[in-house]
Amino acid sequence: MREKLIEFRNVSFRYGEEEPWVLKDVSFDIYKNEWVAIIGHNGSGKSTIAKLMNGLLFPQEGEIYINGQVVNQDTIWDIRKEVGMVFQNPDNQFVGTTVQDDVAFGMENRGIPRDEMIRRIDESLTAVGMQDYRLTEPHRLSGGQKQRVAIASVLAISPQVLILDEATAMLDPKGRLEIMSTVSNVQDRNELSLITITHDLREVVQAERVIVMNEGVIWDEAKPREIFAKKDRLREIGLDVPFIATLADELNKSGLRISNEPLNHEELLEDLWTLHSKM
Amino acid sequence: MDITFKNVDYIYQENSPFAHKAIENLSFHIPSGSFVAVIGHTGSGKSTLIQHLNGLIRPSNGEVHIGDFRLTNDDKPKNMKELRSRVGVVFQYPEHQLFEETVAKDIAFGPENFGVYKRDIEKRIKEIIPAVGLSEELLERSPFELSGGQMRRVAIAGVLAIKPEILVLDEPTAGLDPRGQKEIMEMFYDLHQKENLTTVLVTHSMEDAVKYADHVIILNKGTKYMEGKPEEVLTQQEALNKVQLDVPEMIEFLYAFEKRFGLPIPFKRQSVKQLADEIQHAMKEAGSHE
Repeated sequence: MREKLIEFRNVSFRYGEEEPWVLKDVSFDIYKNEWVAIIGHNGSGKSTIAKLMNGLLFPQEGEIYINGQVVNQDTIWDIRKEVGMVFQNPDNQFVGTTVQDDVAFGMENRGIPRDEMIRRIDESLTAVGMQDYRLTEPHRLSGGQKQRVAIASVLAISPQVLILDEATAMLDPKGRLEIMSTVSNVQDRNELSLITITHDLREVVQAERVIVMNEGVIWDEAKPREIFAKKDRLREIGLDVPFIATLADELNKSGLRISNEPLNHEELLEDLWTLHSKM
Repeated sequence: MDITFKNVDYIYQENSPFAHKAIENLSFHIPSGSFVAVIGHTGSGKSTLIQHLNGLIRPSNGEVHIGDFRLTNDDKPKNMKELRSRVGVVFQYPEHQLFEETVAKDIAFGPENFGVYKRDIEKRIKEIIPAVGLSEELLERSPFELSGGQMRRVAIAGVLAIKPEILVLDEPTAGLDPRGQKEIMEMFYDLHQKENLTTVLVTHSMEDAVKYADHVIILNKGTKYMEGKPEEVLTQQEALNKVQLDVPEMIEFLYAFEKRFGLPIPFKRQSVKQLADEIQHAMKEAGSHE
């Protein structure tokens, strides 16, 4: 049985007394070392969930536990050591004048000794492939590179969970690939849970589990393959379906029976090949 | 209005130690009424290119022609304001530029500055609001109370309200959810056809380029790397991969399919449904020959 890292228990949240509920009675668990993608239309409550996880916001109803510890005003400083977050805009989260200063910032705030800091700067920059840029100024970096430094800064705190809140949305395709390969590398090598909040279907397909939010409630929670099997219903709530899943659907309608809900090119070609050899 | 670039260079901070050439010897011609996609990575010169289109910057060398307006390093048109009233630019994250008290005032700001009569502005707003998918109830609300998607639409309405002949779109769907992205692109495509606009779309999305554009320009490191019809340019996997771009996913699949089955299916911007039928046919025929 996997160990629980994050627990949401009947969480409801709204931004003000007169405002509509953004989250309504939301409950779910996230396990240690698990990769979970959270998807949903804009305004579905995805980012609110992220901000509740590290105490940037507090729920009006329900409780949130990180490692069994309830999130409240008294625990947020402990909680934030465990929950690292990277946001959408690479230009809004760079605080240092050089790459290494930026990575050091979070550690300085936590009073980590200098020798330890130097070791961790080295480690975390190497993990994201930015070790050659230690002394580079932020404005000389591309968007993808800035986001990698942001990830390194979070890793230096060695949290138990890394949340990427649309961290690739402002990057070009090359920057997106950089980030996703960096992240899966880092997760392979460390004890780390990963939560990616995203509209990018390729990112969703990589996750172990997907939580689909719709109008403040959990609409579904399952493996990517099971989620994308519900194509028409996903489209109804404003979400997209990978090209391969759409094509498999159309192939089925045209009389070629594709059985396994393929998620990538290789899987669909394999299914077609099996059919082909039976023709 | 036609758009022509003739051997354009653009150098930031020219004659200083920080001089940086963002565009080099760039030439192309966009006939009036085209829908052009400009594709390239960060730093490829896309944003520098579009800033020439309404004279925000002028070329360091070479010439830019927008209709009858001519921009060179030492000469700018006297009627720059008129150029800007005919070229509407939707910048990235345009909702960051909202500033007025109400949606109606924000949309009216552009045309007011270009001297359009109040009565006419009101008429334009009435036409534009449904076109961008907003309801009239929002007109007296503060734009800052709206959702991100609605704010984006208000900002776009503000550009459309000047009734441009050339519409320049710099990644107009960035940050929207899939439905929002589709709605906004369909809206631009619709307007492009109805109003007979010349549209320049800067995008990272090969899928949007292949779906909406009739002409594609690929930039790499400030120079033109490729140019032509989407079905000619965006099918060149090797050349695109060389500059770290991908072909649209359907084309990628067609190549993988051909490699595996030895059955070529040409790309002709078919729908997924059509493609499924073609695959089914191709496989059936191959099967019956064996």
